[in-house]
Amino acid sequence: MTILEEVSLESDSANVASALTARSVSAWFGNHKVLERVSLEMRPNEVTALIGPSGCGKSTFLRTLNRMHELVPGASLAGEILLDDTDIYRDPVAVTEIRRRIGMVFQKPNPFPAMSVAENVVAGLKLCGHKVDRSSRDDLVQHCLSRAGLWNEVKNRLHDNGGALSGGQQQRLCIARSLAVRPDVLLMDEPCSALDPTSTRRIEETIDELREEVTIVIVTHNMQQAQRVSQRCAFFLAGENEPGHVVEAGRTEAMFTNPQDQRTLDYVRGRFG
Amino acid sequence: MTTIDLANPDVEEDPDPSDAVAPLGEALIRIRRLDPDSVITYCGAAFSALALAWLIYERFAPFSGGLGFLVVAWTAFCIIVYSLCRQQWGKIAARDHLVRLLVASMAMLALIPLGSIVFTVVQRGYHGLQPSFLTHTMAGAASLSKFSQGGAWHSIVGSFEVVGIAMLISVPLGVMTAVFLNEIGGRLARPVRTLTDAMSAVPSVVAGLFIFAVLIQPQYLKATGFAGALAISILMVPTVTRTAEVVLRLVPGGLREASFALGGSEWNTTKQVVLPTARTGLVTAVVLGVARVVGETAPLIITMIGAQQFNGNPFRGLQDALPLFIWSDKVNSTGQGVVDTWMWSGACVLLAIVLVLFVAARVLGNRSGLGAVPRVRRQR
Repeated sequence: MTILEEVSLESDSANVASALTARSVSAWFGNHKVLERVSLEMRPNEVTALIGPSGCGKSTFLRTLNRMHELVPGASLAGEILLDDTDIYRDPVAVTEIRRRIGMVFQKPNPFPAMSVAENVVAGLKLCGHKVDRSSRDDLVQHCLSRAGLWNEVKNRLHDNGGALSGGQQQRLCIARSLAVRPDVLLMDEPCSALDPTSTRRIEETIDELREEVTIVIVTHNMQQAQRVSQRCAFFLAGENEPGHVVEAGRTEAMFTNPQDQRTLDYVRGRFG
Repeated sequence: MTTIDLANPDVEEDPDPSDAVAPLGEALIRIRRLDPDSVITYCGAAFSALALAWLIYERFAPFSGGLGFLVVAWTAFCIIVYSLCRQQWGKIAARDHLVRLLVASMAMLALIPLGSIVFTVVQRGYHGLQPSFLTHTMAGAASLSKFSQGGAWHSIVGSFEVVGIAMLISVPLGVMTAVFLNEIGGRLARPVRTLTDAMSAVPSVVAGLFIFAVLIQPQYLKATGFAGALAISILMVPTVTRTAEVVLRLVPGGLREASFALGGSEWNTTKQVVLPTARTGLVTAVVLGVARVVGETAPLIITMIGAQQFNGNPFRGLQDALPLFIWSDKVNSTGQGVVDTWMWSGACVLLAIVLVLFVAARVLGNRSGLGAVPRVRRQR
């Protein structure tokens, strides 16, 4: 109910994005420690990029941010993650509400195959248990698809199966789907790694527009992409048989032009990883 | 510009390929499935194999009999195809041809029993398939001498009611068990799965005896259609569960994650994402379950005994079902006559019901969900 009101009032009241703060977050899979006391501040209205070589815990860190990490059997974690002032693990807020407020876009586009394009967009509301009536549904579908930069391409195919779209369109459909539940934060796990350059550019533009209303955290392997879309950057690194940790974090410009740590410099210059 | 349209199956099946032209006037390349060389090779091999078999049978050896002739001809055919292919295309291609031939022959062989069952049933039963067979009952069966005097109406209705009730019981149970095993899991999953597997091995007569001993003998329940439905539910639940579990496992984990990431609860994820995605397969699971029990006879003899007259109420009085109709006809059979034909007519109807079920499942299941993915056509 509240979500729908927010949606319909959207034009009047600008959404204030939330800050997401991680304080010495560690994570384990079974006995294997994969993250070592990561502290990071993800500020509102900014895009934070998580960079670093494969297997250094970026995705794991991202998944601790909206409580997806705990879905893996045997996974555990320590530390504290704050969404504005709410501790997402300790405060008595339902995990489903946390995940609604902190949305996620995955590496592989995963539209629901049993639903049409329009149904995919409103799927999140139904999954949260909200009834969506016809008139507001159509508005919501158009609104979300427009924000994801997909409306013009699919406005005549709203009742086609979501799986019939191209890869890039599917990924933007997934972004639209995440936006429909009005998240405060959007986590993106290498959202462009399976896409061609044109689709990648469209999604980067979308990210830039979304920044106005949503705090965005993006994992990427692509240095240029990190430079293009993010205002802040965090460089993750894992030593041999050591858990991953943040080597350096700061403004993207500074990270790429004048990093404090030699390893960061080597990585952003493409010397390893 | 020429389009090489490998994916379009219509092209291959075009009746007149020389005229196969795309709407824009481009000539489509036709992918041949059979090249003339292989056709000639196979025809020649077939001819010489037949000739060889004839020679062996008619001139050299004192053999006789159609089956032996076929076996000799078929063996010769395989050998000749192999050596011809080997001469033309080498060892690897020849082995390919030989194995393909063997596999195809085995498939044909497996179809023979199936085909002959259908043939026998229809051949012996179609005399009895008159309109009255579907409208009359066996009331006063002893004195019946004409086809128009009796039929299996009471058994058909009974079968539908019994199987319908069994479905109402076992489909929710089976699907929910599968959801538990696959979506919730935990420590209990393993014993439940083992138990389900063990249950699927329970002989059907034991299921009937169980219901008889637990419900009918202590007089909680009389022998009715409902008791029969309970007995066959015991057989149906494990089939539905196992099939549904396999189907649910095919739903990509990414979809569940996507749903959780949107704030979906476990139940909403299952209800709105997992089950709809697996819909086609779940329909298959239900149909397999029904097919498993629709012809069950032993548990029904024990729990619902059977009847000669119409009874539309599965909760009161004895009821009949098609397998019981066939069974009682067999018991009363004199070797030939009306009742003997009816036995086969009943089998015809039972086969037809199973066939209709399978076709219906295909049609229903293919509309959307995983089944909407077009089937990949084999390319050679």
